[in-house]
Amino acid sequence: MERFRMEIESLSKNEEFARTVAAVFMSRLDPTLEEIEDVRTAVSEAVTNAEIHGYRNETGVIEIEMEMEERDLTVRIRDRGVGIENVARAMEPMYTTDTSGERSGMGFSFMEAFMDEVLVESEPGRGTLVTMKKRIGRWRP
Amino acid sequence: MFEETFTYEAKGTVLVIHLPKELDHHNCRNLRYETDLLLSENYVNQIVFDFSRTEFMDSSGIGVLLNRYKQMARSGGSVYLRGVNRHVERALAVGGVYKLMKCLDQEEPIVARS
Repeated sequence: MERFRMEIESLSKNEEFARTVAAVFMSRLDPTLEEIEDVRTAVSEAVTNAEIHGYRNETGVIEIEMEMEERDLTVRIRDRGVGIENVARAMEPMYTTDTSGERSGMGFSFMEAFMDEVLVESEPGRGTLVTMKKRIGRWRP
Repeated sequence: MFEETFTYEAKGTVLVIHLPKELDHHNCRNLRYETDLLLSENYVNQIVFDFSRTEFMDSSGIGVLLNRYKQMARSGGSVYLRGVNRHVERALAVGGVYKLMKCLDQEEPIVARS
């Protein structure tokens, strides 16, 4: 098994940094371009959520951990922010707490569409952990 | 980098918005203010989102498109998409925007309506 762990500040410019690191790490699995885009998108969604919902746009630390074992990629993105009161409702498509109208409420839908498995564990006041899994190289024999 | 920002092109009542290379929450932060300003100062009844240089989009991009669509729909206007690559196309499909917005061919002219 290969793994890495990093911490980033919850700044919006780190969204691109996080998904780029994810793409570089997973490239060892010889993924297709589509698989890389899938993971980049899912990482971007989870990091954005941690930043604007977990930490409510204030500064905090987002922990990112990735591991691969054979063809299975696991991504864990954790914040120590406000947490989610009702995870099932937060994961409903189009559900958003945003009032500006600029957020689509589709972050979790995107993670679910582009990864094989998405698990969200959260505790109000303690933070949120998003675990996502994807098998890479399904097209290979 | 220049690709990080939006550029705007007005053609009569058509507003073309050229999107950045990476369309995420970070790069979408200024769009709302900028387009609101443009829409308040100009009569616009069609918006064309040009994705020609866009290589990445997540759900933040969908939020931006849907909000602009609602703004245009309120005044009877419409929103079009242009220059969509394969990844952007998948994100647009997951976001369900194809029911609301038509994709134009790269050089398809947009006819301004009065």
